[in-house]
Amino acid sequence: MTTFTPCTPAEVLSTIQWAAAEESPLEILGHGSKRGIGRPLQTEHTLDLSTLTGVTLYEPAELVLSARAGTPLTEVEKLLAENGQQFAFEPMDYGPLLGGEPGKGTLGGVLASNLSGPRRLKAGAARDHILGISAVSGRGEAFKSGGRVVKNVTGYDLSKLMAGSWGTLAVLTDVTFKVLPAAETEVTLAIRGLLDDAAVAAMALALGSSAEVSSAAHLPERIAARVAAGHLGSDAATLLRVEGFGPSVVYRAEALRNLLSKAGPLQEIAGEASKAIWRDIRDCAPFADGAAGPVWRVSMPPSEAHHMVMALRMQAAVDAFYDWQGGLVWLSMREDDPEAELLRGLIRKYGGGHATLARASASHRAALPVFEPQPPHLAALSARVKAEFDPKHILNPGRMAPTSSSATLPQSTEGAAP
Amino acid sequence: MSGLAMPKPDAGTLRKRAEIVADMRIIVPGEGVVDTATEMRAFESDGLTAYRQLPLVVVLPETVAQVSRVLKYCNERNIRVVPRGSGTSLSGGALPLEDAVLLVMSRFNRILAIDYPNRVVVAQPGVTNLGITTAVEHEGFYYAPDPSSQIACSIGGNVAENSGGVHCLKYGLTANNVLGIQMVLMNGEVVRLGGSHLDQEGYDLLGVMTGSEGLLGVVTEVTVRILKKPETARALLIGFPTSEQGGQCVADIIGAGIIPGGMEMMDRPAIHAAEDFVHAGYPLDVEALLIVELDGPSVEVDHLIGLVEAIAYRNGSTTCRISQSEQERLSFWAGRKAAFPAVGRISPDYYCMDGTIPRKELPRVLAGMRDLSEKYGLGVANVFHAGDGNLHPLILYDANVPGELDKAERFGADILRLCVEVGGVLTGEHGVGVEKRDLMPEMFNQVDLDQQMRVKCAFDPSHLLNPGKVFPQLRRCAELGRMHVHRGQVAFPDIPRF
Repeated sequence: MTTFTPCTPAEVLSTIQWAAAEESPLEILGHGSKRGIGRPLQTEHTLDLSTLTGVTLYEPAELVLSARAGTPLTEVEKLLAENGQQFAFEPMDYGPLLGGEPGKGTLGGVLASNLSGPRRLKAGAARDHILGISAVSGRGEAFKSGGRVVKNVTGYDLSKLMAGSWGTLAVLTDVTFKVLPAAETEVTLAIRGLLDDAAVAAMALALGSSAEVSSAAHLPERIAARVAAGHLGSDAATLLRVEGFGPSVVYRAEALRNLLSKAGPLQEIAGEASKAIWRDIRDCAPFADGAAGPVWRVSMPPSEAHHMVMALRMQAAVDAFYDWQGGLVWLSMREDDPEAELLRGLIRKYGGGHATLARASASHRAALPVFEPQPPHLAALSARVKAEFDPKHILNPGRMAPTSSSATLPQSTEGAAP
Repeated sequence: MSGLAMPKPDAGTLRKRAEIVADMRIIVPGEGVVDTATEMRAFESDGLTAYRQLPLVVVLPETVAQVSRVLKYCNERNIRVVPRGSGTSLSGGALPLEDAVLLVMSRFNRILAIDYPNRVVVAQPGVTNLGITTAVEHEGFYYAPDPSSQIACSIGGNVAENSGGVHCLKYGLTANNVLGIQMVLMNGEVVRLGGSHLDQEGYDLLGVMTGSEGLLGVVTEVTVRILKKPETARALLIGFPTSEQGGQCVADIIGAGIIPGGMEMMDRPAIHAAEDFVHAGYPLDVEALLIVELDGPSVEVDHLIGLVEAIAYRNGSTTCRISQSEQERLSFWAGRKAAFPAVGRISPDYYCMDGTIPRKELPRVLAGMRDLSEKYGLGVANVFHAGDGNLHPLILYDANVPGELDKAERFGADILRLCVEVGGVLTGEHGVGVEKRDLMPEMFNQVDLDQQMRVKCAFDPSHLLNPGKVFPQLRRCAELGRMHVHRGQVAFPDIPRF
C-alpha cells in the first residue's frame, strides 16, 4: 500500500510509467472530496495529486488561468475574486453532501467531474470553459491538448474528453481555463407557493424572455427552508437569478416582475442573501444533512423532469428539488433503497436523460451502476475510448463502468461489452 | 502545401468502381447516386478551391438507415468515405479522394422539432445554420453561433468544424450550443450522444465529436440550444493611430468586466479595401479600426456604450462614432462583412489564414507579418476577431503568376508558426483539414498526435473515414496500440510517498 505524492508533472509521469509496467492499478486522488462518487475502488496504490500545486499563468485581461491539477479550487477562486473575475460555470462543492468538509477540491477534480452550478443554464459546465490540458495517459505517456486561447479547433478536443471522465482516462497535470468577469450585481426574484408544474411553466416563461435569467430553481415546500439558514421560510420558492451591471439588473428584474405578475406572490432578494441561496442550491444543501441515504442527481429536459418525479413519488418516498429551469433534479430517497431501476426506467419514459447516484453507501455503489448505463453500441464505444487511453486499466479501474480485466470488480450488467 | 500528399488511392477499389456504384444505387435508390464526371464536378472541391479532386462516386442519402448501410458496406469492403455538408469548409475538410465515396448530407434538410419551453431545435444535419434561426425567429428566438458562411453552411458541418463567428466571445462556439447529436459510426452503428438535457452521461464524446472534422462519424441529427434575441444592439466604430492602442483598448474593455456581443478589428490595408468597396464611411487615416457591438436591454447597452467610449478616448482613439440607428449599426458592419470580397477586388487572389493568438501579442504578430510581407513580396490585410484573439490575415497574390500560390502558402505557414510561437494556435475556427495538416507538428509532438489518433482508432480503426485530413501522417491502429513498456524496466519511481 503506497501513496505517491508527486510534486511535478515529471514525477506523475514516472509513477504512471511504473504502474503501467507493473500493471498495478492506482486510485487517482486530489483532495478526495468526491471520493464517495463512483464504484468503490480496491487499488493497492494511490496517486495523490494534492502536492502538485500552483497557478502557472494568470492573465486577467486575456481571460485565462493555468494551474497544476492539484491546486485547491478555493485558492484559485480567491485569486480570481481579487481581480473581479470568476469561473462562470460556478463549480459546486460536493463536500457537505458527501459528509466531508466544505471548501475542498482541486482544479483537476473540477474538470475530471465536469462540475457546474446553477449558472450551468447560461454559462455551461467545466467542459465549456476548459481551454487546454496536460495529462499522463494510462499508457504512461505525457500528452497535451488545446491551448490557452478561447478559439481553437486545432486537432481533437481531448480537453473536453477529460471532463466527466473521473480520472479513468488520464491523470491531469495541468489545466487551463477560461475565466470571466464576475457580475457587478445580482438579484433573485422568488415566486412563492407554486406546485411543481406551475413552477416549471413559470421558469420556462422566464427563460424564454429576453431578461437573460442566469439561473432558475424550484424548491418545493419544506425544502425551501433548508437553504440560506431558513431565511426563505418554508413556502415553496421558485427562484430566478438576474446578474449583470446595475442598471441592467434593475430593468430586467422589473421586466420579469411584469411577465410573472400573475404567477403568484413575488419577492425580491438582493446581494449577499441572493448569493447565499444560490450557493446552497449549488451545493445541494437541502440534502447535506449529515445522513448517508441515497441521493440522485438527474439531468432531463427541463419541462419533463417533474413528471418523472411525480410518477416516482407514487412508488417511492422521495424528497426533490429542481435547478436548471427544472432540468436538474436532486432526489433524496427516504428509504435506504436507491430504486435505481425504477428511477432509470421512469427517466427513459419521460423524455430521457441520465441519473448519477451522487451519494450512497459503498455496498450500493458496488452493486449498482452509479453512472447511467449506456446502450450497447455507445457503451462499447466508450470502452474502446477507455482502452485507447488506459489499456491496462490502471487508472481508477471500474470507477465509472466495470472492466473485464479489472481485478477490483465483479462482472456486472452495466454492459461494457458490445 | 502545394505538394500536398494524399493517401495513395486503393487500386482494388478503383477497379471495382462500377460494382460499387451499382451497389450504392441499391442502397440509395432514385436520384441519390451521381457518378458522371460532369455531374461530379460540382463536388470536386470545397471552400478551399486551390485543391480539386473528383470522388469515386457521390452518394446523397436521405435516411439514417441509408447512411448506416453505406458506411457498413464501405467498412466491410475497405472503401474510404469522405463526408460533406454544404461544402463551405475553408480548410479542405470535404476535399474528395479519388478512391472514396463522397457522402453528401444535403438531403437531410428538415427541422425535426422546435421546442420553445426547453429552448431547443432538433434539426437534420443538412439544415443551414441560418435555417435554424429562420425557423424560430417569428417567436423572437435565434441560434447564436454565426459563421460568416451561415447562409450556406450546414449545421452538421458546423458540428464537424466547431464553427464560431463574430458573436462567440459572448455566446460560445458550436460546442457550447449543441446539446446532442445522433451519429453513424464507420461500422454502421447508430449512436446518440446527449439530447435535450444538459451534459452527456459517461465520457464527453459529444465534445470530441464537435470539431473532429468528419473523421470520427457522420452526424445525422443535431439538437441545438436556441436563445431569445437581445432586445437591442448598438455598435461603436473606433479608430486608433496604432494597433497597440487598439489592442490596449480591447484589453481595457474586457478588464472593465464588459464582454461585448462582437468586437472586431481591421488593419489599415483591410480598412482601405473595405472603404473603397462599400463606402461604409470608415476613417482612412487610422492604423486600427475597432467595431464594438453591445447587445441586451437598451438600458444596459446605453450604460456600456458610455463606458466603452470613455475607455476608447483614454486609449487615444482619434475617432469614435456610436450608432444612432439600426441602419447606422449595419453600416458599421458593412465594411467588415465585405472585407473578404473587398480584398478580392484589389488582388486577383487572396489566401485566408485563421490563427489565434493571445490578444496582447497582436502588435508583435502584426509587426512580424509586415516583415514577412516584405520577405515574400506579397501584401497582407488583417481582420481580427479581437475579443477572442482569432486573426484572419488575407495574403494577396496572383495565381496566374507562376510560383505565387506556393509563395502565398509558405507566407501563410510562417504566419501560423508565428501564432504558435507567441502562445497561439494554428486554427481558431476554419479547421485543420488538408490545409494546415502538415503544420500540426508545429503545435503537437508525436505523443500528442498519437493520442489523438488513438481516439480515431476507437471510432474508425481502419482509417476509412475522411483519411488524409487533420493528421500529417496516419499510423496504423495496431501500431498505436502497442505499449512500449516492459515489466521491470521502469525504475520504481523515486518520488515522495507515504
